[in-house]
Amino acid sequence: MKTSTTSTGSTGPTDSAASAAEGPTKTSATPSAAPRKSVLSRLLNTFLDPSTAVYPIMVALFVVLILLNPTLGEPDQFTRLIGRMAPIVIVTLGQYFVLVSGEFDLSQGAVIGVQVVVAGSFIGDDNSRIVPGLLLMLAIGVGVGAFNGLATAYLKIPGFMTTLGTMFMLGGMTRYLTGGAASGNPSEQFREVGRGGIDVPLLGYLPWSVLVLAGCLVVAAVLARRPVGRLLVARGDNPTAVSLAGANRGWLMARGFIASSLFATVAAIVLVGFAGTHPTVGQGYQYTAIAAAVVGGVVLGGGRGLVLSAAAGAFVLETLVAVLNASGIDTSWRATVQGLLIILALTLTAARTKLGPLLTLRRRSTS
Amino acid sequence: MVNLKGNVMSSTNLPMRRFVAPLLAVAVVLLGACAAPGGSDSGSDTDKGDASSLDQAAYDKEDADRTATFEGDPAQPYLQYLPGGEMVDPKPYARTTPGKVCFSNASLSNVWRQTGWITMYEQYKVLKDQGVISDLVMRDAQDDENTQVSDIDFLIKEGDCDAFIIAPATVEATASAIGRACETGKPVVVFDRGTTETCITSFVHSIGGYAWGIDSASFLADQLEEGDTVVALRTAPGVDVFEQRWAAATKIFKDAGLKVTDHITGADPAEIKSVMADELTSGEVDGVWVDLGDQAVPAIEAFQDAGMDIPAITGEDNMAYLRAWDELGFNGFAPVYSNFQWRTALLAVAMLFQGEEIPKDWTVPQTPITSDELPEVIKANAEMPDVHSARCGCEDMPSFPGPWVSRKTP
Amino acid sequence: MRLKSIPDTASVYLILLAVVAVCAGLTMSRGHNLFSSGNIDVILTSITVLGLVCIGQTHVILIGSLDLSVGYVMSLASVLAAGLMAGNNSAVPSALAISIGVCALVGLANGLLVGVLGLNGFITTLSTGLIISGYLTTNYPGNVGGVPSVMKDLGSASVGPIPVTTLFMLAALVAASLWLSRTRLGFHVYAVGGNAEVAKMSGIKNVVPIVFAHVISSVFAALAGLVVVARLGVGSPVVGTQGAYDLLSIAAVVLGGCALAGGRGSLWGTLGGILIFAVLDSTLSILQVNPFLKDVVRGAVLVAAVAVFSLRGDGSKFRRFTAAGDPVAPPSSPAPDRPDQPDQPDQPDQPDQIVRAAQ
Repeated sequence: MKTSTTSTGSTGPTDSAASAAEGPTKTSATPSAAPRKSVLSRLLNTFLDPSTAVYPIMVALFVVLILLNPTLGEPDQFTRLIGRMAPIVIVTLGQYFVLVSGEFDLSQGAVIGVQVVVAGSFIGDDNSRIVPGLLLMLAIGVGVGAFNGLATAYLKIPGFMTTLGTMFMLGGMTRYLTGGAASGNPSEQFREVGRGGIDVPLLGYLPWSVLVLAGCLVVAAVLARRPVGRLLVARGDNPTAVSLAGANRGWLMARGFIASSLFATVAAIVLVGFAGTHPTVGQGYQYTAIAAAVVGGVVLGGGRGLVLSAAAGAFVLETLVAVLNASGIDTSWRATVQGLLIILALTLTAARTKLGPLLTLRRRSTS
Repeated sequence: MVNLKGNVMSSTNLPMRRFVAPLLAVAVVLLGACAAPGGSDSGSDTDKGDASSLDQAAYDKEDADRTATFEGDPAQPYLQYLPGGEMVDPKPYARTTPGKVCFSNASLSNVWRQTGWITMYEQYKVLKDQGVISDLVMRDAQDDENTQVSDIDFLIKEGDCDAFIIAPATVEATASAIGRACETGKPVVVFDRGTTETCITSFVHSIGGYAWGIDSASFLADQLEEGDTVVALRTAPGVDVFEQRWAAATKIFKDAGLKVTDHITGADPAEIKSVMADELTSGEVDGVWVDLGDQAVPAIEAFQDAGMDIPAITGEDNMAYLRAWDELGFNGFAPVYSNFQWRTALLAVAMLFQGEEIPKDWTVPQTPITSDELPEVIKANAEMPDVHSARCGCEDMPSFPGPWVSRKTP
Repeated sequence: MRLKSIPDTASVYLILLAVVAVCAGLTMSRGHNLFSSGNIDVILTSITVLGLVCIGQTHVILIGSLDLSVGYVMSLASVLAAGLMAGNNSAVPSALAISIGVCALVGLANGLLVGVLGLNGFITTLSTGLIISGYLTTNYPGNVGGVPSVMKDLGSASVGPIPVTTLFMLAALVAASLWLSRTRLGFHVYAVGGNAEVAKMSGIKNVVPIVFAHVISSVFAALAGLVVVARLGVGSPVVGTQGAYDLLSIAAVVLGGCALAGGRGSLWGTLGGILIFAVLDSTLSILQVNPFLKDVVRGAVLVAAVAVFSLRGDGSKFRRFTAAGDPVAPPSSPAPDRPDQPDQPDQPDQPDQIVRAAQ
């Protein structure tokens, strides 16, 4: 892992995350600051950049999926498809803020589990409890995130271990309080956000979850450009420098983890609407989110990665599953193909990363 | 900085060579993996433990048992059994004082097991009040066979047990530990999945996984016509309970000429709905078969959300499915894996303590719920939570319905 | 400074002592005995399987990677071996060799992907785990029986109160800790884990120790799977994943004082971490604690224990990675990102020492 960090770290020229995070990172001072690039070289750069290389893969997979199942290409079916993928993408957005700061959040799945139970048992059939219920869920999200962040910063526990502990504790507590299995769906009105949608011109049908996803993407993109987003990237790049620069490490980490838990909470609201209450809802989402972020070019260990590319990584993984389901490949072999394709995608990214500097240097020498 | 760049250059020259080696390694592993089973299959297929193919004898037996007549009062299905089998002589186990029962449990990781454990614990309270059983100690192996072997050994050594109840994680893995439990001379009652060890006092079980699969798949085969499409939702590979249900269903679907596409979902409702939604966009779905009741409701919702009519969908006796079936009025069927066998296992021990004889192979009935019976079942379980098993056989307990409603696991 | 100079391993065992004291007190207050022979058996068997997995996981974490495929590798080894033995005593050696060999190839693939391509260990091993799981699902719908008597006898044999498999695990632990602390390759594992760039500049071929660590991890996961085969007399396609050995092994290794960042930690610390888990688990079982609450206690102890010795040390040793953008120091100056290690004289954390070790 270390080697991946250092080798990618050396490819300053193609690092757009660093340029997104500008100020505090050291690597952004390298050739990317070179003035004037031709359109061609910019395109080449996009393709070579591990943070943006995910987009062509995403588009290709969507094309394959639609070729396999043409119905999904119809506008209203396509929006429904995106709506089904929304929860995992939203979870990935949250995970991004923790990953770029150099930590992991393994507790997201357990957070979703708790929120689903709260929605099912606190709100239940009582529509008047929707607002208090939502407030309670947000409070739980903030609380868990704050605990994770503060413990990581002040008790100096690696985030991996803090959130592993939180995962055990939340999961065990949820199952203890529900007697092992959450039961009872929240009211249909509450579930509407995950199940329903509106008829719109052009697209035909727009699920609410797509709108929620769009909102989350905007919030995450804005957050990434705000000081807190940049400081988190900077912290992943060089924690000492961030401390020396006077940033409050504890509060910074708390905000990163709170973002993660809150996005997980939003995902839980959509999920419990979409799927209903069940003990398996949200289970393992943290791993998919981490994998998605890595496919999207986020470097584990922090300091590098674009939030929207991470989201694209989530689309890649979800589309891959849909492609495999539609492909007619024997069910039992699908996990194998999935694993192979993830490695292939990572290998392509790694190949670009390593070829990148060579091409960049050559280009510069000719200009 | 110049040095740094130079270093990057030197570390990345000839990059292609760096990719060849690992890809080769992956290829080698795959080749190795593919080559290995060729060797192993020839050996393991001849062995009893391999569940890869349908066990025809067991299949036929369970198929016949589905229509057999059970001994005993139908109002107490947990005490019914298939007549004609060997009975256990209770004399060596009869007691005048209450006995301590030790229970090694494979897991509490699904609602069926949780409901069963609640029922068993309430039964224990009744038997304790009657002065038959003094204490019930449970160790939960959390689905780990290795842990369960340790658990059984611990109970043998330190449990001070007067009887053992064992719900094995798998048929084979705990066999040797169960053998050691037999050596104590105390009664050993195994229930649910069974064991390959033959020394046990009694094996309590409902008819079985093949029967479950036959019931549910035959229903779909009756409803559908040759060439129709069935989507099968499977929970987890490698778990023999599910594999038996699936093996039986596959056979029946094949005989009926149905087209089957199957998906492994982990019983995650989000996954199920996504899979179903994709299926519904790619063609007609004439029926849905599930290997676990939990999977049915998300599948039903997928049809609703797509604005389509709900076809024949099988489920299980969990209330969530039964209620959806009742409210939406689609063509449903609920096979049952009788939950009350948890209660029967403890009652078996109690009967031995009291000097009553019990069947050595105690098969309790496993009666599916059909549409005729549905309204009655819904009415009887009106206050029960969605995860409750309608065929819990627990309605006549003095503490009913409290613990089954609150579902606090002891 | 005084506190910091206490070795990590010692603080792990101090925590273990505290845990044992509390657990012994709790069990005694309920009229049970934590040190009864039955419970010692429970503890020994649970540390045997997890211990073997952890020996490998420690290597991978020391090098700065992770191995999430261990659960699937365990299952793979168990079904392959059981299938190849097919009830035949004479087939045992070859079955063991082949199943370990296949798993070593998995480790080789992991190592090459991580070491040569620079892919991230977390997601690489997650993916190879997926690859193996598809193979298991397709070929093994249930347990594989027919484990011959020799193998079963091995699983149930014991020397005095200690099972042979536990002795085997301890012997493997001693051997592994010797090669980590006494051989050049062992030094290199620490060096590359500590700071890959400095190690590379010191003339170490980083790929070699990375591949080594991953191969060792898979081999030991395979050994754990084979111990399970011996104990259960059956090969199981889900034994590794049902036991959650991937997460448990990482948790135990870090609980044992290894830095997730790599480069720091020892196998003896790992053993302490495993013992903490085993004692805790057995106590909760004795006390008949609700199984769902067990996870709550486990999580709380995990956080608390790691916090205790994080606060004792300087904290920075737990950092996941070195700062990637830092200018790399020339080989002659101290590494920029390394904490002082007055307590581990064995480990060559100074680059010139590494060079010497490599020569």
